[in-house]
Amino acid sequence: MTVLLILTILILTGIALWQITKIFELSQLGQKKDNSQIATEKDNDLNGKLMFAFLVFIYAVTIYSFWTYSKVLLPESASAHGPAYDTLLWISFAVILFAQTITQAVLHIFAYQYRGINNRKAYFFTHDNKLEFIWTIIPAIIFFMLIIYGMITWGKIMNFEEDDDALVVELYAQQWNWKARYGGEDNVLGDANVRFLNDFDGKNSVGIDSSDPNGMDDFVVTQEFHLPVNRKVIFKLRSQDVLHSAYMPHFRAQMNCVPGMITEFSFTPTITTDEMRMNSDVVDKVNRINKIRYENSKILTANGEEALEPYQFDYLLLCAKICGASHYNMQMKIVVESEKDYEKWVAKQQIFSEVIQ
Amino acid sequence: MSEVSGISHSNHDDHHHHKETFITKYIFSQDHKMIAKQYLILGVLFMGFIGIAMSLLFRLQLAWPEQSFAVFDIFLGDWAPEGVMDPNIYLALVTIHGTIMVFFVLTAGLSGTFSNLLIPLQIGARDMASGLLNMISFWLFFLSSMIMLASLFVEAGPAAAGWTIYPPLSALPQTQPGSGMGMTLWLISMAIFVASSLLGSLNYIVTVINLRTKGMSMFRLPLTIWAFFVTAIIGVISFPVLLSAALLLIMDRSFGTSFFLSDIFVQGEVLHYQGGSPVLFEHLFWFLGHPEVYIVLLPALGITSEIIATNSRKPIFGYRAMVASILAIAFLSTVVWGHHMFISGMNPFLGSVFTFTTLLIAIPSAVKAFNYITTLWKGNLQFNPGMLFSIGLVSTFITGGLTGIILGDSTLDINIHDTYFVVAHFHLVMGISALYGLFAGVYHWFPKLFGRMMNKNLGYIHFWVTAIAAYGVFFPMHFIGMAGLPRRYYTNTAFPYFDDLANINVVITVFALLAGAAQLVFLYNFISSMFFGKKAEMNPWRSNTMEWTAPVEHIHGNWPGEIPHVHRWAYDYSKPGQKEDFVLQTTPLSKGEKETEH
Repeated sequence: MTVLLILTILILTGIALWQITKIFELSQLGQKKDNSQIATEKDNDLNGKLMFAFLVFIYAVTIYSFWTYSKVLLPESASAHGPAYDTLLWISFAVILFAQTITQAVLHIFAYQYRGINNRKAYFFTHDNKLEFIWTIIPAIIFFMLIIYGMITWGKIMNFEEDDDALVVELYAQQWNWKARYGGEDNVLGDANVRFLNDFDGKNSVGIDSSDPNGMDDFVVTQEFHLPVNRKVIFKLRSQDVLHSAYMPHFRAQMNCVPGMITEFSFTPTITTDEMRMNSDVVDKVNRINKIRYENSKILTANGEEALEPYQFDYLLLCAKICGASHYNMQMKIVVESEKDYEKWVAKQQIFSEVIQ
Repeated sequence: MSEVSGISHSNHDDHHHHKETFITKYIFSQDHKMIAKQYLILGVLFMGFIGIAMSLLFRLQLAWPEQSFAVFDIFLGDWAPEGVMDPNIYLALVTIHGTIMVFFVLTAGLSGTFSNLLIPLQIGARDMASGLLNMISFWLFFLSSMIMLASLFVEAGPAAAGWTIYPPLSALPQTQPGSGMGMTLWLISMAIFVASSLLGSLNYIVTVINLRTKGMSMFRLPLTIWAFFVTAIIGVISFPVLLSAALLLIMDRSFGTSFFLSDIFVQGEVLHYQGGSPVLFEHLFWFLGHPEVYIVLLPALGITSEIIATNSRKPIFGYRAMVASILAIAFLSTVVWGHHMFISGMNPFLGSVFTFTTLLIAIPSAVKAFNYITTLWKGNLQFNPGMLFSIGLVSTFITGGLTGIILGDSTLDINIHDTYFVVAHFHLVMGISALYGLFAGVYHWFPKLFGRMMNKNLGYIHFWVTAIAAYGVFFPMHFIGMAGLPRRYYTNTAFPYFDDLANINVVITVFALLAGAAQLVFLYNFISSMFFGKKAEMNPWRSNTMEWTAPVEHIHGNWPGEIPHVHRWAYDYSKPGQKEDFVLQTTPLSKGEKETEH
């Protein structure tokens, strides 16, 4: 209902705008008026002032957005490389906000200040090599510094070493869910291919090659996967059908899953799920969300539907590459916990050799 | 469409006035001015209306997910059972909105209208090098548009794999209904579109090189022509690559080849494809896809250069730097495509290379922005609607361009790739900016197109409402992207984590509806001015360029009698020692006057 109301209001506003201009024009009919449809001094004055007002509007929108929307942003990063990512992000943001503030100001203030006046002549100024040189070289220097900083960080994140201590986890994507496979005791993933998916009456859910001994102790989980805190994880990503993208925003991590190849990403989780739930930003966010859910539930129960469950924070794995109808609902929960809890969880899993028996 | 007549003082030669039937004059016309109008009406008004309307439909779904709307029931029928939008049709709307806006409106519509209208008129040519090819180019575009629109009526729905149509999703009908007949039509439509675009571009290039009037050296060309010329060159270099990608995809889809497919299992079945790679398709697609951004943007920037100079009553600042930056952008645009693929699985070293080239392209872009601002300095600004949209373009070009510094950095791309941050960035920098350039051009050259003036007050309302709404839509969108919300989600309700973004989505949709309403003002103004607008004078904006020396009434061959010669560059505005604050390019240097050094 509210939707219809808003729509009606918008349409009416449109019509009103239309009519106002009509009235505006008609009201000037009697006067001797220039209707050349070319801007007059009065138009220049009005629009010049509006240009200044628009600068104020841009600043207001910027400040308002940062003020009210920064609370919805991601909480502190939960991976070892995350702080470097966040620092680079905020440095870049500082640079562009500075540039945005200055250039928009100059643009709109000039538009305001030099609004046309009859019989004033503009200043004939064709070029100035010195000026041009300055504003080529200054952005160039700033960009080069950002490039070098970015490249160093990129190298650190992407060129990880395959050391033995690192936990190897395969993220397996399909329309429209995720699975995770662990190497088991030997921490080595057995070979796999989609050709094997139909083996063992479909019990071979990620297509492990049963002739590879490394695969016998592998185990596959759905719905959620667990990671020990402070241990490096190397993700091997696969997809069985279309492109997907494994996006783990809280860890500042993303990599596409490409059918026919294995892609890789690595990070070290540094904050357990329980610790993150205590983080003050996360607590605020969860409270806010639960308030919204509570309000929505009231409407639902009034209509005889089930109320929404209260929300509890969890790390998420999402799909960020368009992959068909349920792209919007392709998710898996990530649990980061102590090494001890992790071992307990691993002990409960059924390994491949047991599954296919 | 009314061809304006009744200007009594126009005395055109009879031998230029061939006998014409309705069909040769209005339909299969070879006259560049008529073809420009055809592009404007089909490409901009008609396709633009459909593209924008689609975005409003899916914005409704995003703000009030899975609610029933009467409009869905009317327009989507079976795809919106009981008025609730289906996820597949949501993706289809997103896909076709992107395709129509990028290719049909901002490539064909923008270049087709203004390159066709202005290249012959501003360089002093009687018509395009080949009127026939020009006509064929338009009718191929017409055919391509009709096929794209026909795909909306296919039973399983139109293409729905995103405008980037990445395989395997676009290659395998088993993966989504939109990858059946809808996708086939999409590919056929785009193949024809590429042919149309190539014929048009070749014509523009040949015309600019060969048909300039006496005295019109390359460095006397208005910046509009430089922009159209270089845009056409980029198009000729990159569009064939899209055609090849589309052909290979057609082969994978229909003839069982494996260019882009390997190791695939769908619906319980192992498919036979071996050895192909979707990453190859991404490379081919973005080799067009990124230059495409500049194919859209450069004409808009060219139009802006001309309008800002005219309405500031000042020469454009740094003419040669502007030409150099157009050339630099054109060159660099062909070596930055990989920044769309940082996390596609390609070698991380390539990520570093593409970060480097991408941030390089920011330098000429910055130079252009600074030069526009300096052109305003100490000017005598005439705020005609075209001028407002030009300044608006500079503003959104800066706001949208700056976030490119973040997205172009491979590291930062990791966590905002394919989120709403990207959507906000490219809509501001290429969507809104190019649309502003388009509107600026329509307001400015409407007198040339239709011999009448558009209503300025409606123009002011159109601009200010659009300007506020555009920031209202895209500024908050950066934040939901940085909150981790991926794009192309049918609804965000599957993740309670995003529940607190719902309000922001409502704000965005309300502003989007407002922006849509403002375009109706434009549409009304356009149509009513076309028939009832005030008759235009020959040179209403007191501009220097050659098109304003041609009679208001359109004639074959553009100028009665001899084509005027050119004696100076296009930007002698407010030149000291001159009586008026403008001097037509065709005016010879007065006694003792030195040609402006630029």
